[in-house]
Amino acid sequence: MNKINNQWETVIGLEIHVQLSTNSKLFSGASTNFGALPNTQACNVDLAMPGVLPVLNEEVLKMAVKLGIALNARINSPTSFARKNYFYPDSPKGYQISQMDSPIVEGGHLDIELEDGSIKRIGVTRAHLEEDAGKSLHEDFEGQSGIDLNRAGTPLIEIVSEPEISSASEAVAYLKSIHSIIRYLNISDGNMAEGSMRCDANVSVRKRGEGELGTRTETKNVNSFRFVEKAINYEVNRQINVLESGGRITQETRLYDSQANTTRPMRSKEFANDYRYFPEPDLLPVILEKGFIDSIKKEMPELPEEKKNRFTQDYKLSEYDSGLLSADKDLADFFEEAVKISNSSKLTANWIMGEFLAELNKDNLPISDSKVSAKQLGTLISRIEDSTISGKIAKDVFEKMWESSKGPDQIIAEQGLEQVTDDKEIESMIDEVIKNNPEQLQQYQSGKDRLFGFFVGQVMKASQGKANPKQVNDILKSKLEK
Amino acid sequence: MNLDELTLKEQLNGLKDSSFSSVELTEVYLKRINQLDASINSYITVTEDSALEQAKESDKRYKRNEPLLLDGIPIAHKDIFCTEDVLTTCGSKMLSNFKAPYSSTVVSKFKNDGIVMLGKTNMDEFAMGSSNETSYFGPVKNPWNLEYVPGGSSGGSAACVSARLASAATATDTGGSIRQPAALCGLTGIKPTYGRVSRYGMIAFASSLDQGGVLTRTAEDAALMMNTMSGHDHRDSTSLNVEVPDYSKAIEEDISGLRIGLPKEFFEQDMPDYIRNATEDAIKVYKDLGAEFQEISFPNIGLSLPVYYVLAPAECSANLSRYDGVRYGYRCENPKNLEDLYMRTRDEGFGPEVKRRILIGTYALSAGYYDAYYLKAQKCRRLVANDFTEAFKSVDVILSPTTPGTSFKTGEKTSDPIEMYLQDIFTIPANLAGLPGISFPCGQNNNLPIGLQLVGNSLQEGKLLMAAHKFQQVTDWHKEMPNL
Repeated sequence: MNKINNQWETVIGLEIHVQLSTNSKLFSGASTNFGALPNTQACNVDLAMPGVLPVLNEEVLKMAVKLGIALNARINSPTSFARKNYFYPDSPKGYQISQMDSPIVEGGHLDIELEDGSIKRIGVTRAHLEEDAGKSLHEDFEGQSGIDLNRAGTPLIEIVSEPEISSASEAVAYLKSIHSIIRYLNISDGNMAEGSMRCDANVSVRKRGEGELGTRTETKNVNSFRFVEKAINYEVNRQINVLESGGRITQETRLYDSQANTTRPMRSKEFANDYRYFPEPDLLPVILEKGFIDSIKKEMPELPEEKKNRFTQDYKLSEYDSGLLSADKDLADFFEEAVKISNSSKLTANWIMGEFLAELNKDNLPISDSKVSAKQLGTLISRIEDSTISGKIAKDVFEKMWESSKGPDQIIAEQGLEQVTDDKEIESMIDEVIKNNPEQLQQYQSGKDRLFGFFVGQVMKASQGKANPKQVNDILKSKLEK
Repeated sequence: MNLDELTLKEQLNGLKDSSFSSVELTEVYLKRINQLDASINSYITVTEDSALEQAKESDKRYKRNEPLLLDGIPIAHKDIFCTEDVLTTCGSKMLSNFKAPYSSTVVSKFKNDGIVMLGKTNMDEFAMGSSNETSYFGPVKNPWNLEYVPGGSSGGSAACVSARLASAATATDTGGSIRQPAALCGLTGIKPTYGRVSRYGMIAFASSLDQGGVLTRTAEDAALMMNTMSGHDHRDSTSLNVEVPDYSKAIEEDISGLRIGLPKEFFEQDMPDYIRNATEDAIKVYKDLGAEFQEISFPNIGLSLPVYYVLAPAECSANLSRYDGVRYGYRCENPKNLEDLYMRTRDEGFGPEVKRRILIGTYALSAGYYDAYYLKAQKCRRLVANDFTEAFKSVDVILSPTTPGTSFKTGEKTSDPIEMYLQDIFTIPANLAGLPGISFPCGQNNNLPIGLQLVGNSLQEGKLLMAAHKFQQVTDWHKEMPNL
């Protein structure tokens, strides 16, 4: 039962953890690769051996500054680290190195497009660097828990939004926009299934028109766009139900159960840890020189919003097509590479959003693993444009390209699919058709105009679909008029 | 000639001109350790076999005429420095079974310069203490009088050098843990500028205050040790990337005209006459050497002790969280669940002084108290540091007693932590300001040594060693040896 209605207003803030795609960890030289055997990628620093010290991986500074610029935010200099104290076996030091007072990125915003096409600006409070924890493995050991510290120390940037998101669908739009940006900036693979991007949602509801915010809950670790939408909707309905039946919302952390599509309490904030933050004495505050920030500004890639506008202008695509093609950087790059060869932006856009994405989805492949390259697709489309083949035959060729990984020209040549454009050849085919259908000829000449289509069909059939349709039309018309 | 009575520098000369071998020298120390250390308890681990191996290798290098900087000199490392494959306990039951998987930068540097490691020295548990009575491995005795404490936390390092069970020893100083034992055992001890010596592999007590240094018989020896120990380390982000001078050359520089400051607040402190008199005598020596004196003021010095006892426990409360029984070290028997594992491991693995400081530090960082304690202490720390900045505008070094008294009897102050904490009243300010300090013997009372402290400006270790060296050239206090 959907309780989201005019009486209630929803207030959402998102905390998004993004794993930065560095080669080594935030404070150690150990590798960050996903999927290695447990504890094979944990060095003395990651294991929190006595006496070890953290050394900042400077690659992350560049990545964080890029994100800050993309989010129209302030870059804090100096930016400093703090210890967040809590005991858990997957946190080997007993504290996490994070940022508190001067996060590297602060006070930005992001414009998202709503379903009705309007634009809404969402404030970004801050984005700070911190290290990831290891993993506890509860299933594999009878009566014991295993600890895998491979992930411990992997760099994360936590992006905290203002509580300015008003619905689950806005939350998804915001999340998708962040996802698109981090992929564009090449600072994370954004893979939610592998946990490279994780989302916690702070949700509260209040009576419409009320000034004060309602009590919020935090729903943790929702690991797909779809689940974010479902979890928030569930939580909003739950809170409205509680309030409408006279109850009160408990401030707590909840966990989303995707199988049951419910959220349940994890731990109550009232008994929550006091994290006892204090400045990390092992790391000096980091000064980010203006020159450093300026050099990153110069290296900034075109961002999704800019690319969308450029596509609309330069390629004369519709807003919708531009938006769809630019949302994913790989897709946008594929499009631009294909257009370079095809010289037809509209036809290329249609092919990519149609046949190309359909094949990718069918095989469940990322663009990087596509069986047809952008150059090959561009060539295929140029063969339609230069009348080598018809659009209909192109579809068959494309399927063969996908299956065989052969180029379009090779397939066209091998299968003899080249369009017949020679006037004489078409004429002789037409003569043959007219000769073999004297009855239809007579009916046509006595005024039965619609038989023209019959003749076209016969000629195309005779050419096995390869005759140029326009030429067939023109020559047929002049012959039949005689 | 007893080889153990030679200073490190004399031993190095003897090795160079083949008067004796490193094996002979090492055997002398190992024999003395076997004979004497049962009553002193200065070593937690003696690495006899590897010491002899290292000595043999060293002798080969001398034979090949390719000796390293400190080749063949037998020293001991405080058991706070991680040493690969050797027990590294930090004086605690918590690490009583811990063999480090790597060596600290300090240990590696000495190894690379040819040192022979005799073993690892006893210390207050996690460097928390001023009498070496909090060690899980039992108290260390002062070689000058076995009923007395050697000071702490580097009590084992001080006692072993003083008893001539090692030529020199590494040590660490968070609030006075090198200088106070140096004073109480009649040694020269230097705590360098914060960041001069790498902290990598040095088990952390209070990260913003901890600094490694040395305990030796003379300033000349300290200079030799500092040449090896100092320098930038990319594995320690707080280590200073500044060139290291040759301290053996620095000590030969001229002392005349050295401006020495006398902080009036220090001398207003309650202290016994014998300390006051010994300090006055030392001032006379320096006047004769051509130094100039000036009274200076440290209006905020009274904040030092309270500031220290907020900040050091706060940092230690986090630094010691890693000892949880999960990955290494002590683990309680048959834990019922995770909480039981944490609670009993830490209750059984830590001693009372460590627990006291973890509790104080946790409290000072707690929500609602952070501003009143931790943040205020940080601001006061800045005030203390500013006093030094002001003072160094007009003086080169600051002179004071190292401790408010000579050594005290084992057990005498253990029931009163505040009384114990006052041991470090003259030494703590230098740690708060990150400045170098040195202590060396300047007298005796009842056959117990008295120490003199000099504090210098940032990176002025050379000046401190020079001033101590000049003093030792005209006095004999540093030549006194305990009767064993």
